Amino acid sequence: MIRVTIDGVTTQVPERTTILRAAKFLEIKIPTLCYHPLLKPFGACRICVVGVKKGLGLEMVTACNTPCEDGMEVVTQAPELLRARRLVVELMLARWPNVAVIQRLAAELGLDRPRFTSPVRDERPDACILCLRCVRICEEVVGASAIGYEDRGIHRRVATPFNQESEACIGCGACAHVCPSGHIRFEGEDYRGRPAEFLLGPNTAIYVPTAQAVPKVPRIDPESCIHFKTGACESCAAVCEPGAINHKMRDEEIELEVGQVLIATGYDLFDAAPAAQYGYGRLDNTYTALDIERMLNATGPTGGRVLLKNGQPPRAVGIIHCVGSRDENYHRYCSRVCCMYALKFAHLIKERCPQAEVYNFYIDMRAFGKGYEEFYSRVLHEGANVIRGRVAEVVQAGWSKQEEGTLLIRCEDTLIGKFREIPVDMVILCNAIEPKRDAAHLARIFGLSRSPDGFFLERHPKLDPVATTTDGLFIAGCAQGPKDIPDSVAQASAAAARMLATISKGVVEIDPIRAEVDEALCSGCRTCVPLCPYNAIEYLEAKKISQVNSTLCKGCGTCVAACPSGAISGYGFTDAQVNAELEGILAL
Amino acid sequence: MENRHERFEPRIVGFLCNWCSYTGADLAGTSRMKSAPNLRIIRVMCSGRVDPNFILRAFQLGADGVLVAGCHPGDCHYQEGNFKALRRVSFLRRLLRELGVDERRLRLEWISAAEGEKFAKVSNEFTEQVRALGPLRLAVGEERPAAKELEEVTVR
Repeated sequence: MIRVTIDGVTTQVPERTTILRAAKFLEIKIPTLCYHPLLKPFGACRICVVGVKKGLGLEMVTACNTPCEDGMEVVTQAPELLRARRLVVELMLARWPNVAVIQRLAAELGLDRPRFTSPVRDERPDACILCLRCVRICEEVVGASAIGYEDRGIHRRVATPFNQESEACIGCGACAHVCPSGHIRFEGEDYRGRPAEFLLGPNTAIYVPTAQAVPKVPRIDPESCIHFKTGACESCAAVCEPGAINHKMRDEEIELEVGQVLIATGYDLFDAAPAAQYGYGRLDNTYTALDIERMLNATGPTGGRVLLKNGQPPRAVGIIHCVGSRDENYHRYCSRVCCMYALKFAHLIKERCPQAEVYNFYIDMRAFGKGYEEFYSRVLHEGANVIRGRVAEVVQAGWSKQEEGTLLIRCEDTLIGKFREIPVDMVILCNAIEPKRDAAHLARIFGLSRSPDGFFLERHPKLDPVATTTDGLFIAGCAQGPKDIPDSVAQASAAAARMLATISKGVVEIDPIRAEVDEALCSGCRTCVPLCPYNAIEYLEAKKISQVNSTLCKGCGTCVAACPSGAISGYGFTDAQVNAELEGILAL
Repeated sequence: MENRHERFEPRIVGFLCNWCSYTGADLAGTSRMKSAPNLRIIRVMCSGRVDPNFILRAFQLGADGVLVAGCHPGDCHYQEGNFKALRRVSFLRRLLRELGVDERRLRLEWISAAEGEKFAKVSNEFTEQVRALGPLRLAVGEERPAAKELEEVTVR
């Protein structure tokens, strides 16, 4: 550590700390222009000039790239320093009179109008001021080196090679981000949604998934992180003081030995884009329920406000129930949760945009739970409209100026027996709950059955709705079928209790259906041994017979059927029993 | 009564595995699907339990057709019992041909627990198929308990 005094305040800083950083630590402001904390000091703009006491005079140095020395005394506000800064800014102002960042610096230094005229005067408010932050960040941080500068002296300018579209550019937008004058703009898609924000919000490559995330730590999206594209950047690691960011972490497979498994893999949302009549992904301001859920969330991308894409509150909102469910073309089942959350949306939209009309288009209103019907009538009293009838299609309304951007929901109102067209400017789709896309794969891994709708099958729909046909495997929540939160909690609690019951008992009861070898009949041929999928049959060398390990045996009976001597019998399904059954059913 | 004389009602034995096909049959029932009553079901834990002797015995006792149904390949509750059933049934078909039994009288199907509809379809189809083949006249008199008089008495 070395001692340094800035404007009379003494502090200790590590060696090689620049004067600018030391001043920042002491909260002494030194104006800068080309400096950026992520970039190497450059010293191009000369605005950060400070004085270092040498003998009786002051040595003028740039604070951004001069390291502190032990015992150094620095002043930042001496009259000659201000004069020097003023001259630099005055020259800049002469060349770029309308750039906001330079105007601000000039105002701070008490400059009104420059005394000079520039041969390359550029009056654009977003003129390039040649700080070269963009060139440097592209090279130093992004590692792409897609832009550079060409020509010399007053003709120097920032450009891509040969002024062609640069192939090295990865479109990260870092240059636009650091540009102080707004000369570089990022055109086209200026944000992409992260999974949690769907289509709604801006995003960075490193983010905290939600405000209530547990654990509340940021995560890196490898799809958009520059480090995973060019191997450079690591800006987040550079600014993270505790050094908590590790770019080398990878997904890993961990093997655990467990006795019981609870499968609660949840659901996927029906993709409404192929159902083109609803306009999802095609028409602006059509959202899925999860999009709206984020929008209504106080920590969501709009801070809980209901907004159209143009930033205005909606005047009319249409909520379409049963998108993909109760539909012969997609899923025949009812997704169960939509009616209630659609009513919740109606309630919240009425609360946040009281002037907006809300229309619910439903087939049947299924307010089946405790307190649900009461909520339904409350929402009706709040003035939400409900229309019984399936929506035929959502179309763009006519092209008049007044109607611009509005949508038209065409439906049949089955209660008045009329075809209706309702103009709205926001459409919310209640997409069906679907089995997870990898449900088939998971079923194969665990040997689970699935019901015709694709959800995991329970052992018995009424008597055993949490267990599966495989011992020790339990299912809960939407993995078993669409259900709301109270039902999921109830089922998961039941499954957990079942699992704990087995654990606390300490013993596992097994079905009495087992195979057994009659030692007297076994010829020791070993036909059965390779047939057993559980390696439960052992050949006893000493006795020259095979023996079934009754703990491993699951009682499938494959060996029983194969035994040429008829020495193996399966309890409950012996040859004699099956033959007797045969005689019985064929007696008539 | 007239109906019985007009139309041959085959007797079909179905060996259904406990985990898939039997549950599938159950589903067909609880879903109130119509399926031919000609199929007489024997539950086994796995289609791999079906000893070829059972099938032969069934024909011997007067069955006109035998259905063996198990889980879809790869879905067996006991990992691979259905493959054993597949091997045994294919082998037995050749044997049946030599015995003079039409091999179409023995059918192997994969019916999952979710396929109640498939169960109903298979049992109906197979019944029609065996009906078209006609009664299996395995002349083994004393083994066949279905004496004519007995039939007259019991069939309503």
